[in-house]
Amino acid sequence: MSLNVNHIDKSFDLTRALKQVDFEVKDGELFGLIGPDGAGKSTLFRIMVSLLIPDSGSCTMNGYDVVSQYRDVRKIIGYMPGRFSLYMDLSVEENLAFYARVFGTTVKANYDLIKDVYQQIEPFKKRLAGRLSGGMKQKLALSCALIHRPDVLILDEPTTGVDAVSRREFWDMLKKIQGEGITIVVSTPYMDEAEMCDRVALIQKGTILDITNPLEMGDDDVPLFALRSDRGVYTHLDKIRKLEECRSAWLFGDELHVTLRSHIDASAVVSTIECWNDPSIRWTSITPSVEDRFMGLIQEEK
Amino acid sequence: MKRFFGFVKKEFQHIFRDVRTLVILFGLPVVMIILFGYVVTNEIKDVDVGIWDKSRDQVSTEAIQKILSSGYFVLAETIDHEEEIESLFKSGKAKVVVVFEDSFEKRLLRENRAAIKLITDASDANSAMLVQTYLQGVLANYFKSVNQAGTIPWEVEIKSRMFYNEEMTGVYMFVPGLMALILMLISALMTSVTITREKEFGTMELLLASPLRPREIILGKVTPYVLLSFINAMTIILLGFLVFDVPVVGSLWLLMLECMLYITLALSLGVLISTVSKTQQMAMVFSMLGLMLPTILLSGFIFPIDNMPGILQWFSTIMPARWFIVVVKNIMLKGTGFAFIWKETLILLGMTLLFILAAVKRFNIRLE
Repeated sequence: MSLNVNHIDKSFDLTRALKQVDFEVKDGELFGLIGPDGAGKSTLFRIMVSLLIPDSGSCTMNGYDVVSQYRDVRKIIGYMPGRFSLYMDLSVEENLAFYARVFGTTVKANYDLIKDVYQQIEPFKKRLAGRLSGGMKQKLALSCALIHRPDVLILDEPTTGVDAVSRREFWDMLKKIQGEGITIVVSTPYMDEAEMCDRVALIQKGTILDITNPLEMGDDDVPLFALRSDRGVYTHLDKIRKLEECRSAWLFGDELHVTLRSHIDASAVVSTIECWNDPSIRWTSITPSVEDRFMGLIQEEK
Repeated sequence: MKRFFGFVKKEFQHIFRDVRTLVILFGLPVVMIILFGYVVTNEIKDVDVGIWDKSRDQVSTEAIQKILSSGYFVLAETIDHEEEIESLFKSGKAKVVVVFEDSFEKRLLRENRAAIKLITDASDANSAMLVQTYLQGVLANYFKSVNQAGTIPWEVEIKSRMFYNEEMTGVYMFVPGLMALILMLISALMTSVTITREKEFGTMELLLASPLRPREIILGKVTPYVLLSFINAMTIILLGFLVFDVPVVGSLWLLMLECMLYITLALSLGVLISTVSKTQQMAMVFSMLGLMLPTILLSGFIFPIDNMPGILQWFSTIMPARWFIVVVKNIMLKGTGFAFIWKETLILLGMTLLFILAAVKRFNIRLE
């Protein structure tokens, strides 16, 4: 097991940031932690990289305890904090050389590992890090986190504030790094990125709601339907929620997504909807995405 | 070791790329020295002078004429009693009183020697020193010119006396005091700011999550400033010599060693400050209010410690600068050896160890 998070609790003053967080990440896995801002992702990551101490519970990284064996943990991890944390007044290559030295290695020794990432910013290697674009900063930060060939790569919201194309590229790079046998734990607020992970944990208000394989989502036995209307679906939300057959319903873009208690209920709902005097209304069965899964879980919590 | 040098290199890159840092680091000491230097070498003009001519003969009258026509001095009052000197100073009517002894000319002609007393109000030590130098110059010129015919040179003994500040500590006090102030400012302020900057920019998070040990981070941060502060100390000594004519009478090596000790002390104070402040601004306020002001006010740099109220005198004993100033004064001005300053050195050493210990202890290996 690369990472073992064992019933962790963490509070700041009166806020309970993490409640009984418990999961494992396998060797070589690309593991995603998905949840909105303030869900406790960064706190959890900081505990994992030995920067915070949990109130209770334990966490081991490749078998090293992050509290008592923090020095060993710090040698085997590559960490990219949520905030861009490189030296703005140093150039691209100076930043990279500095982090290589801090970990007792050189850029040359591990160049092949970072090559794919670094080559994209190499033309700007003399430029100060503070003058890079968001996407380039993120690539540099990833290069710096990788330069010592860590066993586990911890990336806290690496794609936040980065354009869609760069985000796509970034995930491709992560896949390649995973191919080198490096375990990756990554957090993101973007649901659509979940599909790139082997497994994702959904986190909300400090609690892990579910851990799932994003590709196996469709096999779920909870039926999901989409309701569309040219007149807008917002007015229908309350009515749908009041239906006996409805398990949960939420806004999804310009659609309403609805889960029902069972497949049999579908026809009953269809006949109810027909009485709503909205000829443009459409009702279709769909395959749930990670976001649906997440929204469904949050709705049920309420 | 490689790790450490990598860190130091990075630190130098930060320093040499930040204009503000460079200005404070190298501009400030020079500007302060030049400023004080300007004050000291300031031209004097129209200084009020009191005359007490006990002799009233031809030579003394002519000498007085010379003084008053030199352009530097204006006659305030002629007096003929000892007590009037003090009242002239107290009322501020005169800055200096020139006293010719009785039978001045007679003594000169008969014994080839006579005396003039220059009494200065030295509460403003700098100008008092200047006034004396000027007066001595004017008088020396005059006696040389009137005695050209004489075969035996006249010996005019010019006795100087300072009122209120007899040892004339003021002028020379600036260099040791300035040194204590600048080194404290640069070392403590710069290190505390540079460490809190890493916290503020989030880079400390990465440093902490790396295999770097706290002592490597601290030493890596501090080493460049040790070197730069040392250069600063040497600059101050050199400029002091060039601008103030303040020589290093004692051992330069000993002085350098003491400077290193004091720099180390100030740096560890800086590290300590950084461990209690979250932002650069906080670190700056702590350094300015907590270190600079007490250093200026309580170290004896500007206000003599003997004149302070008891509680402040006691408080001044915990000011590192106070002991450092004593050390520098002894080595630079009096030329004394280590035997006379071991006590002060020991106090500084003790303080340094205390601060280092506290700083290392307070330096957090985690984020909270």
